[in-house]
Amino acid sequence: MDLALKIWRQAGPDTPGEFATYIVREVSEEASFLEMLDQLNEDLNNQGEEPIAFDHDCREGICGMCGVMINGDPHGPQSGTATCQLHMRKFKNGDTITVEPWRASAFPVIKDLVVDRSPFDRIIEAGGFISINTGAAPDANIISVPKEAADSAMNAAACIGCGACVAACPNSAANLFTAAKMQHLNLLPQGQPERWTRAVAMVETMEEYFGSCTNHGECEAACPKNISIDFIAWMNRDYVKAQFKNVAKASQ
Amino acid sequence: MDNEQGTSVLTSGEPTGPIENRWDNHRFATKLVNPANKRKYEIIVVGTGLAGASAAATLGELGYNVKAFSYHDSARRAHSIAAQGGINAAKNYPNDGDSIHRLFYDTIKGGDYRSRESNVYRLAQVSNEIIDQTTAQGVPFAREYGGLLDNRSFGGAQVSRTFYARGQTGQQLLLGAYQALARQISAGTVEFHNRSEMLEVVVKDGRAVGIVVRDLTTGEITSHSAHAVVLATGGYSNVFFLSTNAMACNATAIWRAHRKGAYFANPCYTQIHPTCIPVSDEFQSKLTLMSESLRNDGRIWVPLDPDDSRPPNDIPEDERDFYLERQYPAFGNLVPRDVASRAAMRMIDQNRGVGPLKNGVYLDFHSAIERLGKHTIEERYSNLFEMYERITDENPYEVPMRIYPAPHYTMGGLWVDYNLMTSVPGLYAIGEANFSDHGANRLGASALMQGLADGYFVLPYTIGQYLSDYLNTDPVPIEDEAFTDAEDVVRERNERFLSIGGTRSVDHFHRELGKVMIEHCGLARSREGLEKAITEIQTIRNEFWSDLKVLGTSDNLNQSLERAGRVADFLELAELMCRDALDREESCGGHFRVEHQTEDGEALRDDENFAFVSAWEWTGVGSPPVRHTEPLKFEYVALSQRSYK
Ligand SMILES: Cc1cc2nc3c(=O)[nH]c(=O)nc-3n(C[C@H](O)[C@H](O)[C@H](O)COP(=O)(O)OP(=O)(O)OC[C@H]3O[C@@H](n4cnc5c(N)ncnc54)[C@H](O)[C@@H]3O)c2cc1C
Ligand code: FES
Repeated sequence: MDLALKIWRQAGPDTPGEFATYIVREVSEEASFLEMLDQLNEDLNNQGEEPIAFDHDCREGICGMCGVMINGDPHGPQSGTATCQLHMRKFKNGDTITVEPWRASAFPVIKDLVVDRSPFDRIIEAGGFISINTGAAPDANIISVPKEAADSAMNAAACIGCGACVAACPNSAANLFTAAKMQHLNLLPQGQPERWTRAVAMVETMEEYFGSCTNHGECEAACPKNISIDFIAWMNRDYVKAQFKNVAKASQ
Repeated sequence: MDNEQGTSVLTSGEPTGPIENRWDNHRFATKLVNPANKRKYEIIVVGTGLAGASAAATLGELGYNVKAFSYHDSARRAHSIAAQGGINAAKNYPNDGDSIHRLFYDTIKGGDYRSRESNVYRLAQVSNEIIDQTTAQGVPFAREYGGLLDNRSFGGAQVSRTFYARGQTGQQLLLGAYQALARQISAGTVEFHNRSEMLEVVVKDGRAVGIVVRDLTTGEITSHSAHAVVLATGGYSNVFFLSTNAMACNATAIWRAHRKGAYFANPCYTQIHPTCIPVSDEFQSKLTLMSESLRNDGRIWVPLDPDDSRPPNDIPEDERDFYLERQYPAFGNLVPRDVASRAAMRMIDQNRGVGPLKNGVYLDFHSAIERLGKHTIEERYSNLFEMYERITDENPYEVPMRIYPAPHYTMGGLWVDYNLMTSVPGLYAIGEANFSDHGANRLGASALMQGLADGYFVLPYTIGQYLSDYLNTDPVPIEDEAFTDAEDVVRERNERFLSIGGTRSVDHFHRELGKVMIEHCGLARSREGLEKAITEIQTIRNEFWSDLKVLGTSDNLNQSLERAGRVADFLELAELMCRDALDREESCGGHFRVEHQTEDGEALRDDENFAFVSAWEWTGVGSPPVRHTEPLKFEYVALSQRSYK
């Protein structure tokens, strides 16, 4: 198939960007979206124009490195699918496809389609962990975890940190990302000792960088791992409870 | 094409005495750095995959000053994240006869008797601690209804010793290590540099004293000095261009170290994984693994009649050749990877492949679904089945999967001693970057185990032995000539890539190299093929340096420039791989020389002449490398021909 691509080009963080239009010909239906971009980049290189910068790595939908807006949707039209797993058979000959980077003030553009998502790391550094030094752990089967809790924790832990939730949100909120990590840990017995301090630290760090959630639900729809918005409700509950629990603990 | 041989015999520094006590005794004999002195040391960790993140976090917890570097945007990413199937440990929770000794034995045998006994025994010993540690971190391993941890069996093992987190074990273990690292970053013991690529190891007076790094977003070149440098930079399967590795995986860090004196061990030991989705077109950029765990429930077959063009479901059972079950009745579909891959290759060579390009074999879940119900299969593999469907547009619950072998893992890597130190004092290599524990073939679910063993439990102890000699000495200042010279090398190389002004892209050369490597240094190797490959690689390398076209500049994000450096290094490494393959006149594990096989086509080892590790020393581009050897002693496992029949 032949396609027209309207792609965001931006030379650097401080330079203004603009759309450029390119034609790619004879794209195979079997190709992935990123392989189509590879093909375009090969053409551009041959023609003496600098290839388009985009982030990617595993190309299996697990590392969370890829991610662009495709016709206005984070990761494109197929639900539960990261950009790298999207295949060209979802498009047809003659289509025009618009490709942009994530748009959020917390994720500044580095170049073309590449953005800086490091505020996500700041949220994890604030409390997205269980404090246990290497070597200090008891036998693994001393901790018994109900299968349902383990399964729910895994559902939350499946987040790949791609940033689609932020890109989809009209307020650029990072609640789904934050809630997924917090609830992964807060649902497990191992996570209980730090549950309330974690809730406060992660939420407050999130609020330093990102907008606030007004329950649009766009994040869940955009998530390539179908992470449920219910985790946000649980996070809110933990955050409210934490205000009392932490005070109670401190006064003991 | 002769290599200058055997100038030295390497010693591993492994302890002696009963194997069960070696690690314990060694730890006791190792010099300790007292807690108050640890903060006087600077340690650089390059790479934050499983091995690097676990090492950096643990060193930070111990009180060292750690600087960690990764070319990824975050330590939450690394190739490790893609591991699907699981991680082994000798817990024996299922009570099916597993033990440390059995895991040790299986690993030595699976590696086709080409690994170091002491290291492998230590690996089996610490495997249990890894499960304890990661469970305490909150890694959501699969559990049984009673709330305890679940296990499954995995290629090459007859016991269930594999722990898993759905089909995302690597992701969950990496996130666990990343979170431990995040905790140290916020505690200030670890300083993390993202989007930063190490391009030189700095060596002064024979010791590793630091690294040179390029900031990938600004192009800035900086030096960093330390008392010791740890490379945890992963494997080199992408030398084949098409592999299951993440796109960015490369050999630059270990290759730059090799050029500075670190010996490269067993470069020809590469693993071609049997269960990957076959290539579908010429633009394909990578191959996707379908976890080996699928072989627990899937049956592998091809039609008996090579000309059978019926859809798979129309072919009656008695007209199918379940060739693994037929040839290896004891292990059936669970034979180790090298055996399964070569069997698939033989089927395709006999023109019995399936699919539009006749380049696959079937992996069929029909009887498992009948026996266990669709629900159970969904629970075990739904994410893999979805991934398969997304890529191929076929539903594996109904139509058998098509699979084919693809480059996946590299057992070779930098030579390290028992302390995981390379032949350059002060320079360590951990995880897939070293050669240590898997011999000539790695068993499934053992790479995660080894990466985390190295990072959490081995290196943090063994590094003290070296460091203790440098108490109260300052790291070499970055103004030293050793650093400024290394920076110049990096700058000049980048400028050279940009100024060649040829006609072809980096990917063009990478693809060409990959074709040569898969054809001549892949599943089957011959003297004639390898000799031809060496000449072809040299030609591609010359063309690369005269006809490369890299646009843009070096002072901002330039992904073509990054790849140019990596492919330049692959073009040198590839030649060493072929030379090693040529030199090793035997077949073992993933290294199959067609001249050395048994009557029924199995690998034929030559223990008398080749029971050693080959560790190669760099002597310059195009100049024959020097081979050093480390003899392998087998005191606890008797050498025998591997049999899975
Ligand atoms: C698809 C797939 C599935 C797998 N499944 C399993 C499994 O089920 N069980 C199992 O045991 N094993 C599995 N493996 C193998 C296993 O995942 C890897 O061997 C292992 O994760 C390697 O870990 P590592 O930490 O050594 O390296 P990596 O995870 O590759 O990490 C390398 C790190 O080094 C950094 N780096 C590299 N070079 C530089 C440089 N020059 N400068 C700065 N940073 C650098 C990278 O940014 C990264 O942080 C699988 C592999 C693949 C491909
Ligand atoms: S490239 Fe890894 S998720 Fe898309």
